[in-house]
Amino acid sequence: MQFTRLLPVILCLFTWAAMPALAAIEEYAFDTDQQEDRFKKLTYELRCPKCLNSNLAGSDAPIAADLRAEIYDQIREGRTNDEIIEFMSSRYGDFILYRPRLTVATFFLWFGPAFLLLAGLVIARRMIVNSQQAEVQNDAPLTSSEQEQLRKLLDDNQDR
Amino acid sequence: MNKRVKLFIPVAIFLVMAGFLLYGLGRDPNTVPSALVDRPLPEFTQPSLYPELGEYSSGDFLGRILLVNIWGSWCPPCHLEHPFFLEISETEDDITFIGISYDYSTVEDREFLAERGNPFDFNVVDLDGSLRIDLGVTGAPETFLVDQQGMILYRHIGAIDADVWNDKFVPLLRQIR
Repeated sequence: MQFTRLLPVILCLFTWAAMPALAAIEEYAFDTDQQEDRFKKLTYELRCPKCLNSNLAGSDAPIAADLRAEIYDQIREGRTNDEIIEFMSSRYGDFILYRPRLTVATFFLWFGPAFLLLAGLVIARRMIVNSQQAEVQNDAPLTSSEQEQLRKLLDDNQDR
Repeated sequence: MNKRVKLFIPVAIFLVMAGFLLYGLGRDPNTVPSALVDRPLPEFTQPSLYPELGEYSSGDFLGRILLVNIWGSWCPPCHLEHPFFLEISETEDDITFIGISYDYSTVEDREFLAERGNPFDFNVVDLDGSLRIDLGVTGAPETFLVDQQGMILYRHIGAIDADVWNDKFVPLLRQIR
């Protein structure tokens, strides 16, 4: 009975668990789930221009709130994802894209790591093969021409 | 390939990468390149900070050198640059100073200008928030230099003082005057 009296108090202590719900920045109502998914995807992939390492979804900078509202409006107006991304990058440049476009300037960014890995594998393979070949060559019996050469050398030595 | 030359390939790769990293180290990560530089000032029609003055359009300002400053009385660096703007608005006669306020601080902004002086020839309110997005603004303060043809020459993020003015703005102004 002590416990039942304390129960409301204990429950009140757990209200902190609801705090993350308060952290949600704005509430947006969408017509369809598909629109909501697009909103989540876009705010996840677009970078907050004010903060260096945060996307629009995770930033509470005023400009991020403005841009979230803009994306919401544009989705409701029926713009496509490509149109919205184009709208943003024409104002904020490629900086705002967390998924950089494939251009001449970003070519190495996209394929550099794979290229370096491949180059490393090729070099490693060649080094292994070379060292194995060196071992094989060291152990191999002399060919007939080498035998001939060796005998000559030995003969020359004896003559002297 | 010559074996000796081959030996230097890792060194060359290292030097190239070290060069890139050194370059990156010296860059200020807060200076986001503006997509708007060398493009025309976006078109807009927005009300004046003083409702009795009606509204302004981007076309009203064509043919003049503009200094467009996005600011708010709530923004500490804006307070910092305010005395300098007062100073140059007196001396730079051929530049038209345009202040752009945020929609949510119009009353405070009017009080601020009345109290500390108004460096701006025109005060515009970004009432629907579209102008700051069209300008690619990341926050306040930001300042755009626009030439007589309405092209944006330079965008500065953060407060402006005499050093920034002399380093960044004066050389560009010399070109267009």
